[in-house]
Amino acid sequence: MTSLVPPTTTAPTLTDVEVERIRNDFPVLAQTVNGHPLNYLDSGATSQNPISVMEAEQEYYEQRNAAVHRGAHTLAVEATDAFEAARDTVASFIGAESSELVWTSNATEAINLVAYSFSNASLGLGGEAAERFALAAGDEIVVTEMEHHANLIPWQQLALRTGATLRFIPVHDDGTLDLVAAAEIVGTHTRVLAFTHASNVTGVINPVAELVRLARRVGALVVLDACQSVPHLPVNVVDLDVDFAVFSGHKMLGPTGIGALYGKARLLAGMPPFLTGGSMITTVSMTEAEFLAPPQRFEAGTQRISQAIALAAAVDYLRETGMTRIGGWEAELGQRLVAGLAEIPGVRVLGPGVGVERLGLASFEVAGVHAHDVGQYLDDAGIAVRVGHHCAQPLHRRLGVTASTRASTYLYTTTDEVDRFLATLREVAPFFGVTA
Amino acid sequence: MSDLQQLYQTIILDHYKARHGASAEPLAAIDQTSAQRVAESHQLNTSCGDEVTMRVTLSPAGAESTVDDLVWRGEGCSISIASASVLNDTLRGLTVAEARALLETFREMLRSRGKIEADEDVLGDAAAFSGVSRYPARVKCAMLPWVAFEAAVVEAESRP
Repeated sequence: MTSLVPPTTTAPTLTDVEVERIRNDFPVLAQTVNGHPLNYLDSGATSQNPISVMEAEQEYYEQRNAAVHRGAHTLAVEATDAFEAARDTVASFIGAESSELVWTSNATEAINLVAYSFSNASLGLGGEAAERFALAAGDEIVVTEMEHHANLIPWQQLALRTGATLRFIPVHDDGTLDLVAAAEIVGTHTRVLAFTHASNVTGVINPVAELVRLARRVGALVVLDACQSVPHLPVNVVDLDVDFAVFSGHKMLGPTGIGALYGKARLLAGMPPFLTGGSMITTVSMTEAEFLAPPQRFEAGTQRISQAIALAAAVDYLRETGMTRIGGWEAELGQRLVAGLAEIPGVRVLGPGVGVERLGLASFEVAGVHAHDVGQYLDDAGIAVRVGHHCAQPLHRRLGVTASTRASTYLYTTTDEVDRFLATLREVAPFFGVTA
Repeated sequence: MSDLQQLYQTIILDHYKARHGASAEPLAAIDQTSAQRVAESHQLNTSCGDEVTMRVTLSPAGAESTVDDLVWRGEGCSISIASASVLNDTLRGLTVAEARALLETFREMLRSRGKIEADEDVLGDAAAFSGVSRYPARVKCAMLPWVAFEAAVVEAESRP
């Protein structure tokens, strides 16, 4: 006999009281915009910073500003220690070893780092160890139709430089990946499979394990764009078994100018550098240079020290709050958004419908009203949303729109803010004289 | 009137629907062997994907050369589409010199951040876009068809 008693435990989440407390840590939220309390629903583009993050950056500049990994004076040692401690913090946050985490300016640079390293390997740089990263005519790079331009154009360019072919896995009408097509497209010629963990447009969360399995079957390398997952969900890159993962600091309560590349240690060890110069070398003559081991091999020039330290403070904040509970809260907000949007005449949500898993965001179109005009009307009510193609033109084309409006939440978003957004959105079509 | 109502004046929303001068069908290729001075320009707002193609036909070269015909096709927000419709009503039939002068007046007003009062006697319906100047992010929307017109005229003038 199997028990039919439903589980009594509910998914861990934040409470309204906790969210109010969290909001006190984000000074930017406590302001009025156009005469209304700021209703910030654009965290998918960039998140806000808690006081602790800003203090970490300020403390660094006030007390230990120095160049890292060079110089023997006290401040230089302290700065290096803080910089490397930040690496430990961020690496462990995603389940990685510190030596597997490379600082970059942002996720875009991290993807370009991988693509250019492969490109250099294709030119014969890096010797025998780099051969497995070399691409040539006949090889295939596979992406998906839902990629942010950051995870599309570097691969288009790599294909152009190496003669490899770029292919893509199509998406269904509901924004989910066509996994049947994926199984056919990822084949013996596939060398790289690059895809997003979660869509910044539809909020779809991709089945990483299944895609990794397809790649492993043919020995392809897996690159995961984790920009929308690492800030919002518990992510462990070892459990996911991806070869590379990228994310951006400013989308996870951190500052701009810092991002990271995770790469499996044995892979990074064989890759030729992308940017070259100071801080990434061992012995240099006038004609050649030996390079440091990863991660320093990929960190040429003076690093983003204060940003790395501030990002570690952001990670501390997220960890103390709890990623599982943050993910649970945002899943609730995402459902509240999509359910509310579904009830507004003339509004079409892009991606999964009510009750289907999605991130705490929703993109939509309002029949007869351009996204730019929707955004303008909302802004007048103090509501900040993203309008346009959200750096995903192919996906918008696939879903039959040129532009959409996106509301995206974070751990500091209240249910009241979501409701206020929905109520204001109802006024949009009538204002523009559109009858649904 | 609130800033938002000032931005979306009835004139603008009416033009957004009416689309004066818009072609319902894709524009056929320009007949390069034609003796007419006809040319077009396609402009894209990269931040939102709005686009407009403006085609102009000028009368024979000379000081009194006029904007004999214009037709446009585009996709975009109410501001950019209404602006194309207003452009059609405002610049059609003017001499090229007059059209350029009016275009500059329009541009100056839009870039003034609300400081330049729109002169309805000069700008006609285009004066309704004065509210846009308070929204710097939207100036590009309003200018899109006018920039296309400007480029198309230069191209048409290069024809004998």
